[in-house]
Amino acid sequence: MSLTATDIRNLCLASLVFAICALLPLGDQGYWLGLGVTIAMFTALATSWALFSGPTHYISLATAAFFGVGTYVTGLGIDTLPFWSLVGLAGVIGAVLAALVGLATLRLSGVYFVIFTLGLAELVRQVITWVQNNSGQKGLYVLTDLDEAGIYWWLLGLSAAVFLTGWLIGRSRLGFALRIIGDDETVAAHSGINTARAKVLLFMVPGAVAAMTGAILAPRYVYIEPSLAFAPILSFQVVIMALLGGASRLWGPVLGVIPFTFLLEAVSSNFPNQTTLVIGVAFLVIVYLLPGGFVGLMGRINRHLNTREGA
Amino acid sequence: MDILITGILLGGTYALIAMGLNLQYGVARIMNLANGEILVAGGYFAFIAYTATQLSPILTIFLVAPLAFALNWLIYRLMLQPLVNRAKNRGQLETDSILATFGLSFIGVGLMLSFFGGDYFSYSFMAFPVELLGNTYGANRVLSFVMAVLICGALYLWLNRSRAGLSIRAIATAPASARLVGIDVKHLSALAFALGGAVTAVGGALISTYLTLDASTGVVFTLKALIIVIMGGVGDVRGTIVAALLLGILETLVASLLDPGLTLAAAYVMFLGILLFRPQGLFGKKPT
Repeated sequence: MSLTATDIRNLCLASLVFAICALLPLGDQGYWLGLGVTIAMFTALATSWALFSGPTHYISLATAAFFGVGTYVTGLGIDTLPFWSLVGLAGVIGAVLAALVGLATLRLSGVYFVIFTLGLAELVRQVITWVQNNSGQKGLYVLTDLDEAGIYWWLLGLSAAVFLTGWLIGRSRLGFALRIIGDDETVAAHSGINTARAKVLLFMVPGAVAAMTGAILAPRYVYIEPSLAFAPILSFQVVIMALLGGASRLWGPVLGVIPFTFLLEAVSSNFPNQTTLVIGVAFLVIVYLLPGGFVGLMGRINRHLNTREGA
Repeated sequence: MDILITGILLGGTYALIAMGLNLQYGVARIMNLANGEILVAGGYFAFIAYTATQLSPILTIFLVAPLAFALNWLIYRLMLQPLVNRAKNRGQLETDSILATFGLSFIGVGLMLSFFGGDYFSYSFMAFPVELLGNTYGANRVLSFVMAVLICGALYLWLNRSRAGLSIRAIATAPASARLVGIDVKHLSALAFALGGAVTAVGGALISTYLTLDASTGVVFTLKALIIVIMGGVGDVRGTIVAALLLGILETLVASLLDPGLTLAAAYVMFLGILLFRPQGLFGKKPT
């Protein structure tokens, strides 16, 4: 693996940005840190989502299901295992579940995949609720000494890992194969790429990341119950943020995460009943006004400026 | 036996809803994820008409159908047609329409939440028992089933006997070739989409006579309708009906033998079976 000067510069810049972000808890422990946790969480979720959906154009709504599974891993294991091993375990379980879902649906057309993931969180929630009703246990307490700043650093580390993974995939044979699949799946299949295998492998990344995010955030909830851990709205928020920023670039989703977090924060504190409406409008804005997200918009502006200079 | 009949009664209404979605997906090529919200809106309409003016839901559907038809026609013309025009291929249209109808679905839920609140709503209409083959069932369920059968039958006849129905089936089979033989694909797609919406809304009005609904239950019905359509095969009326009845029976089985909270899991088991063994649908031919 050879690195060019630009690669090294980008890596240094990225490390610098993460180092600056890591200083946030030293400045503020209240409102801004809370917001920082939300942004770090959605950065990990949306960036890993776009790693899969950017090249394949498949819309995954499974985030909430994997996230919920992750919180339950922490909830069930916190009394017996150390926290860091639970995060790793959640990642493995998330990846295995994603592989199973992918094997069942990704061999077929994208529509089946969307429909299957649409109800996945609800399905897992029903099953867990049923198991809990039968075993007489209602919810789980997660008591740790991990504070808000600790959660923030964990999430930031996870985001950094997601960026690194995305960067490495982009340079690998798998990344190359995925770009071809994204351009034209028939061509990809004819040039000897096992398209189903590539897609399943890639889908394991957001599955693992979402489960790990859930595992990290479990201590924040303190008390875990199915309707909280498997809230389907999470999946939709991730889709909107990633597409609003633009799923075609590694750094695209962050551009959507930050403004949309602030927007939802403002809406939910001023008009708590209108969040559904805002999410609906956001979908329409993405489809009709911002196809390609902010990344696409920047590309169009650049082209426009270039043609003006040329003329 | 009891379970079987309850299941078939439920499946009848499911068939109606799935038929609506099948028209929208099979002909207009729009995977309409806001379908469930149209259903709930139909239910709200019947609820309000019944509680405010004592209007029987059986009469209400004659109001619901044209209203839903007009609304869906407008949605198709104003919002979905531009997507059809700009799409370079089938995949892009699918992604765009999925996102756009998600948006519509959330807006629908948001609007209904702000108008009616988040409470469950139900009313007591024809809630007296009737006897069928030795067991008793709610008269409202039986009536809904009969209405669903009538409407499905009428749709089936219309699709198979009329000239417009023939053109619509032609579009469902081969959209590109349909244009070559002088079929106005744009016009008929809008018509099929609107008709599908109207059928779904009527299904919602019927289902509200015996099920409790709330503003955000729509997505569950969307999901069930989607599973039925995939299982029955896109554009296949017979397959849709069989799949709907199967889902109705399976759900009733799970609800009465295991737990009513597991009905979605039952639907998923069925879905998974289809995906793994017959992705082309119950009566579909294997693609060559």
